[in-house]
Amino acid sequence: MEHSESQQHPIGVYLKVWLLLFVLSAMSYMVDYLNFQGMVRWSLIIIFMLLKAGFIVAIFMHVMWERMTLITAILGPPTVLLILIGFMASEGDHTFGTRVDYLGQPEAAERIHVSDVLGEDH
Amino acid sequence: MSEQTMNPSGHLHTVAQDWADEKQAFHVPWGKLMMWIFLISDTFIFSCFLIGYMNVRMSATEPWPYASEVFALTLFGNNIPLILIAIMTFILITSSGTMALAVRYAHFRDRKKIALFMFITAAFGASFVGMQAFEWTKLISEGVRPWANPFGAPQFGSIFFMVTGFHGLHVSIGVIYLSIVASKVLKGDYDKKNNYDIVEITGLYWHFVDLVWVFIFAFFYLW
Repeated sequence: MEHSESQQHPIGVYLKVWLLLFVLSAMSYMVDYLNFQGMVRWSLIIIFMLLKAGFIVAIFMHVMWERMTLITAILGPPTVLLILIGFMASEGDHTFGTRVDYLGQPEAAERIHVSDVLGEDH
Repeated sequence: MSEQTMNPSGHLHTVAQDWADEKQAFHVPWGKLMMWIFLISDTFIFSCFLIGYMNVRMSATEPWPYASEVFALTLFGNNIPLILIAIMTFILITSSGTMALAVRYAHFRDRKKIALFMFITAAFGASFVGMQAFEWTKLISEGVRPWANPFGAPQFGSIFFMVTGFHGLHVSIGVIYLSIVASKVLKGDYDKKNNYDIVEITGLYWHFVDLVWVFIFAFFYLW
């Protein structure tokens, strides 16, 4: 019950996590800046994202210092989203297939560069 | 009861204990539990948006625009990809840091420092919304609409306005929420009951807004 007493942490914990989040954000920005593509890009983005999310939830939102009952109540329900992701990925794939089958490939299959639309200075 | 105070955190065996018998299951203040329940429901809303985005992007036959180029800015004569979004990300993370400090000072009942750090957090939040308004203005002037855009698949525009709009709304509400709580802290309203739980509860909301941005940044801007 006297929960607040267990939640006084040295200021260093927050400053370290803050710094870490800064570094992780800079690293995920570098993934784009250095123009990594394909699996390297996607895995790096996901890793940095999950690390950042984990630190925010665990330290900033104090979840790692909560009782297990609350932790399971918070983290349990969102895991069902994995099922929705699976369903929607399969459905999206199917829709793409039927669109190509019935409507054909679009005229421009190449991705459009912004400079081609707005001119070189953009 | 004594074991609960000895074991305030972690450990799986406390789960059975907490759910057993007719007693309070969650040993946190009511307001905090209610905020967590709200945040879980909000998680589902944002998840639906992001999963909808995944579905729409997978099924689009037209090529997806290069987000990195669309959100580039020309600074000092150089064209820097995605720079505005990077700055917005750093601002939001910094605001989460200042909010964490405000929550820390709430344990010491340090009214001035709580209010100071909450106002700083609110100011960062307001500047984030300002940059988002700039970003919207720029994209709208370039012809991006919810139903079409010159850079590729029309779905890009609808997802952009819906997801960033909904997140920006959350940030704006957070700025108002923070300002109200901070001024009440400064006035000493929470000294009457010596209960500063509200600072931690407001902090949960603010960190959640930052958390959502982490996912939007990864999936919408970087993917």
